[in-house]
Amino acid sequence: MKNDIILAGVGGQGILSIAAVIGLAAVANDLFLKQSEVHGMSQRGGDVQSHLRLSDKPVSSDLIPFGKAELIISMEPMESLRYLPWLSENGWLVTNSSPFINIPDYPATDDIIAEIKKVKNHLIIDADAIAKQSGSARSGNMVILGAASAYIDMTFESIENAVIKLFGRKGNDIVEANLKALKAGRDAIQV
Amino acid sequence: MEKLLLLGDEAIAQAGLDAGMSGMYAYPGTPSTEIMEYVQASADAAERRVHMTWSSNEKTAMEAALGMSYAGKRAMVAMKHVGLNVAADGFINSAMTGVNGGLIIVAADDPSMHSSQNEQDSRFYGKFAFVPIFEPSNQQEAYEMVFDAFETSEKYKLPVLFRITTRLAHSRASVLRRESLPENLLSLPSDPKSFILLPAIARRKYKILLEKYETLRYENHISGYNHFKDGTFRETGIIACGIAYNYLMENLKDTSVDFPVLKISGYPFPKDLIKDLASRCNSILILEEGAPFVEESIRGILDEGIKIYGRMDGTVPRDGELNPAIVGKALGLPVSYGQDVPSVVKMRPPSFCKGCGHADMFMALNEAVKPFGPGRVFSDIGCYTLGALPPYNSIISCVDMGASVTMAIGAADAGLTPSVAVIGDSTFTHSGMTGLLDAVIKNSPVTIIISDNSTTGMTGGQKSQATGRLVDICRGLGVENEHLRVISPLHKNHEDNVRVMEEELEYNGVSVIIAQRECIQTATRRKRS
Repeated sequence: MKNDIILAGVGGQGILSIAAVIGLAAVANDLFLKQSEVHGMSQRGGDVQSHLRLSDKPVSSDLIPFGKAELIISMEPMESLRYLPWLSENGWLVTNSSPFINIPDYPATDDIIAEIKKVKNHLIIDADAIAKQSGSARSGNMVILGAASAYIDMTFESIENAVIKLFGRKGNDIVEANLKALKAGRDAIQV
Repeated sequence: MEKLLLLGDEAIAQAGLDAGMSGMYAYPGTPSTEIMEYVQASADAAERRVHMTWSSNEKTAMEAALGMSYAGKRAMVAMKHVGLNVAADGFINSAMTGVNGGLIIVAADDPSMHSSQNEQDSRFYGKFAFVPIFEPSNQQEAYEMVFDAFETSEKYKLPVLFRITTRLAHSRASVLRRESLPENLLSLPSDPKSFILLPAIARRKYKILLEKYETLRYENHISGYNHFKDGTFRETGIIACGIAYNYLMENLKDTSVDFPVLKISGYPFPKDLIKDLASRCNSILILEEGAPFVEESIRGILDEGIKIYGRMDGTVPRDGELNPAIVGKALGLPVSYGQDVPSVVKMRPPSFCKGCGHADMFMALNEAVKPFGPGRVFSDIGCYTLGALPPYNSIISCVDMGASVTMAIGAADAGLTPSVAVIGDSTFTHSGMTGLLDAVIKNSPVTIIISDNSTTGMTGGQKSQATGRLVDICRGLGVENEHLRVISPLHKNHEDNVRVMEEELEYNGVSVIIAQRECIQTATRRKRS
């Protein structure tokens, strides 16, 4: 088993929380794991990414080779396209449809969506709207993770447990809100 | 033993604590910051009263760590690569004095300059100082090496350089802990003159240092990390240093070619290892993250041995960090690729947060400085360096910590007046204060804006030594009261702030304007907690 996953978004969108949840789940599943993060300057509203590598064998490189990622999980539609060089032929691209516009030359959303639709396996969901409906507008990252979890070789339950572990010390309300968002994301792809 | 999921930085910090470290010293700098932060978050460290407060800069951190080592205890000092430039005086001379308690200097290099001004390779500093260098390839090895690094340091009475790069610093993997060692007891060096580098003593100590350096090549704590695995492919043997080894292994798992591989993670390494590899192969490919440090030494000037491939002949790009594709190409193996990035994707550079005081400060400064013409606002290293980007386009320099103040002085000396410096609060106490003293003594016509957000912002909001002290510091250095102004950089104060700046730009002497508004990130965190 091997899952190479690129997480993408804009600084402050909660990419590292997604990475932390998958990481905790991987450890609980006794998988080998490497997870490369971006810290520092880029976190100020710039593009951020994380390379997550899960495997039942030891992982060598901290970076995913080009063309080898099984999954891109993106909190932002334009950002999801930035990492296409890493996506494998049969890989899945799962992205939020709500744009994060903080640059003057942000392209037309329709043009972005058209490009995403050219990717063989893609899934576009409005994570912001689903998060709002589920009662926790700030949990868009968990909605996306919930949707993408269908393409990760770990049980949904183990991902739920990781959410409980990660947010546990922030109190029950936060845990419940994140679990609800996660579930809403997972349910969204079954329609 | 316990298994933890740790960043490379965190593995080093945890290892330090487990190996009986009594003090951690650092100034924040990407990608090294999380080493100190991990110690600060550790309940064990708090209980043991391990030293864990930030230092004013890398030099003071280095020297304090040396002081702790003098007193017999194990100490670690961590910094980003350019921080080692700041700490270099103490670092180089600590090899001359030697140490008492084990001393590890962690330098986190940033090839490809993700968050830095250059991509200097700290291994050159290790060689320059004649000290052992450890260069781990992964998180577990980083953890193990800290124990060996302390052992080596105490055995040879030398400081040890621990070199990591961004990918290891900021990549997480599981790490298996070892049994903890007790901290050292307080003790004085056996030779009471050992730390007195008077010429007569220094000359003697230098000879000892040079001798020690040669014996280090055969030290097991170091050479245990250099291992050779022979292969049947005689055409090319590979030398892979530190994290380059991971990219090599990533490529080799998909190929049947059985390359001989020499992994180097400890320096200085025995020359026999290289000679042995060369005797088995027709050529050598050298993979290293950063500069061609090993490659240069193996080629020498005459480069008359067997064929060598690496960064110097373009087999591997001369600059930038490695990745699996670069290494795959260098090996002549097929390299996969997904799809090109569509042209619809635009650059998304970092930018000021919404509600950032730096942004309002720059809006005011742009207006005030406009009548004097362009090219006179020097700046420094921190979030406010983003003032270089549109729509601000305010600043013309970002060189090294504190250089805004001193470059403004030099430009004013040349006749470019008024000359302006924009520096953050933490950068000012790091290296701006001495420059300000120069300005005061000469009464230079400079206007220094300290953009005070009361934190070390760019690295994630660490405590700033300047908080609450800036007015007193500037007054103490001799800035006149009437030209020491404090403003609040808010949009509603724009007109007033422009007027204050205009007044000080007109003044033919030293002015300091402290633009004070807490960082929106730290303010939000403070309100939440």
